[in-house]
Amino acid sequence: MRWIRRNLVVIAGLLTLAYMILPNLVVMAFSFNKPKGRFNYSWQEFSLDAWKDPCGVADMCESLSLSLQLAAWATVGAVVLGTMIAFALVRYRFRARGAINSLIFLPMAMPEVVMAASLLTLFLNMGIELGFWTVLIAHIMFCLSFVVTAVKARVMSMDPRLEEAARDLYAGPAQTFLRVTLPIAAPGIAAGALLAFALSFDDFIITNFNAGSTVTFPMFVWGSAQRGTPVQINVIGTAMFALAVLVVVAGQIITNRRKKTATA
Amino acid sequence: MTDKTAHTGKNPGGGDVRLTGISKSYGSFTAVHPLDLTVPQGSFFALLGASGCGKTTTLRMIAGLEDPSTGTVFLGDKDVTDLPPYKRPVNTVFQSYALFPHMDITENIAFGLRRRGIKSVKKQVDDMLELVQLGDKARHKPHQLSGGQQQRVAVARALINHPQVLLLDEPLGALDLKLRRQMQLELKRIQTEVGITFVHVTHDQEEAMTMADQVAVMNGGRVEQLGAPADLYENPQTTFVANFLGTSNLIEAEVLETGSGGSDVLVTAGGGKLRVPGDRCTSAVRQGGKVLVGVRPEKISLTHKDDAGSIADGRNRVTGRIADSSFIGVSTQYVVNSPAGAELQVYEQNIERDTRLVPGAEVVLHWNPAHTFGLDAAQDIDAGVETVEDAG
Repeated sequence: MRWIRRNLVVIAGLLTLAYMILPNLVVMAFSFNKPKGRFNYSWQEFSLDAWKDPCGVADMCESLSLSLQLAAWATVGAVVLGTMIAFALVRYRFRARGAINSLIFLPMAMPEVVMAASLLTLFLNMGIELGFWTVLIAHIMFCLSFVVTAVKARVMSMDPRLEEAARDLYAGPAQTFLRVTLPIAAPGIAAGALLAFALSFDDFIITNFNAGSTVTFPMFVWGSAQRGTPVQINVIGTAMFALAVLVVVAGQIITNRRKKTATA
Repeated sequence: MTDKTAHTGKNPGGGDVRLTGISKSYGSFTAVHPLDLTVPQGSFFALLGASGCGKTTTLRMIAGLEDPSTGTVFLGDKDVTDLPPYKRPVNTVFQSYALFPHMDITENIAFGLRRRGIKSVKKQVDDMLELVQLGDKARHKPHQLSGGQQQRVAVARALINHPQVLLLDEPLGALDLKLRRQMQLELKRIQTEVGITFVHVTHDQEEAMTMADQVAVMNGGRVEQLGAPADLYENPQTTFVANFLGTSNLIEAEVLETGSGGSDVLVTAGGGKLRVPGDRCTSAVRQGGKVLVGVRPEKISLTHKDDAGSIADGRNRVTGRIADSSFIGVSTQYVVNSPAGAELQVYEQNIERDTRLVPGAEVVLHWNPAHTFGLDAAQDIDAGVETVEDAG
């Protein structure tokens, strides 16, 4: 009993972790499956077939590449615009600042499916051809709120005296921004960028409404699920998961090492 | 520090900081009223005043971080009013130090040199680290240093650029009392060593007096008085200066005789007569007019009423009753109520203590008339008195 009471926090933590990771483990395990039919829903036998030929399914790798490009561009667009908006909202006093401050949250609060339908209406009425560009515009739009929120939190905790100190020490506006403002705001910007990339890569509803004939990876998975699920989907999922874990772990190691050299 | 002339020496017309008619308003609020100020080259100059008096704004206008609403800033002969901060040969030590958190101490100190395109900074950085005695902390990050150490890095980061003027914005405000005293001496030592003009903003009158050659006392966006610390202390020109710098006893009096030809002015207060040297009155006195008579607490001697006969002739006298006394160690502070004025302060050195001087005792306060000063009666007698809220 005493042992349980002492380790209650650890136990609860491990259980939560298991709850979160279990679905990912299933995805991983089934990437090594060799299904009998067209559906990869029951375990048959261990096989490396799918890993050996990840692009073996028609059109899948094309959709993956499109999704990665979309996510990359959406991230760039949202980070550039979002960072500028965040700085403007924190640093400057201007008319309608309060309104913008709350309106920026609107895309987060709005039901996604409603926004998707409205966007489609908008694009159709403006006579814009659906495809890569409409999807990109939509992605930048909904990623923006997340980037602004992440960067704003960081900028608010920044001491404006640091930039004054830089200007006082012979750094012009560009130098001040590059040497002082940007490095200090970087963690917030990085967090915003990661969020934006994940959200864009993941998005199905808004994309599905506005993509026209282009097919992103989530749309491909959805489409193929009607007719059968190729094991390669699990391969891609596992690879993405491994990549994300790698990035997080590498980041942690770098910060730890920096701290160590600083104290040494 | 031997090559400082390389930067400061190119001003044959002298390196004084001259502010002419400079002011700053934010909307309808005027932070600094038009003021003229000259800071002599190589001096340690203090801008002293309570918070909100415009001293920091004045400093920021010299740095270029604030645009003056009117007026001109000269460095030597050069008008720098329209130059951005990064083009002025002036550096600032900020109140919160504003060290760059993502750079180590070396990079913080080298920042100014690097921005001016100087490649080999190691020698100069090492010299600076030595000057501020932080050689072993070169690769530390700012957050790993104590407040006093961060403060020294901020000084080094500014000084390495050999500015014509070093601006210090309450640099010791965040330190505890003991460290503050230590850093005061340290800064004074550094200033003497490098010979650069220091302009120091502070609300601590003791700090201003110990460190500065010249002090400008500011109040409500104006310079009340400018002078050497001893001069300000001995000859305050306004009630604000008299009360803000140390403590003053100010007594309302009526002029009986205006002194002519350098003789004393004779005044009456609470039935007694007092003498004030004519040249120590700030405003023109006329017979029957009012004047504020001032004397510092430590200039006053306290004698028990029974011994009043032993007091030498020619001294100013005020009779009263001790209301309160507190033993400080080197001195005893008395509060005396008298017909001339309530709550007069007297500091007596603890050399031969008269045991009869206890609360309730009838006493005579007496002092050399030469230590008396006269102020214009048409001003707030309590201006500059530290109230409880300010003292926190």
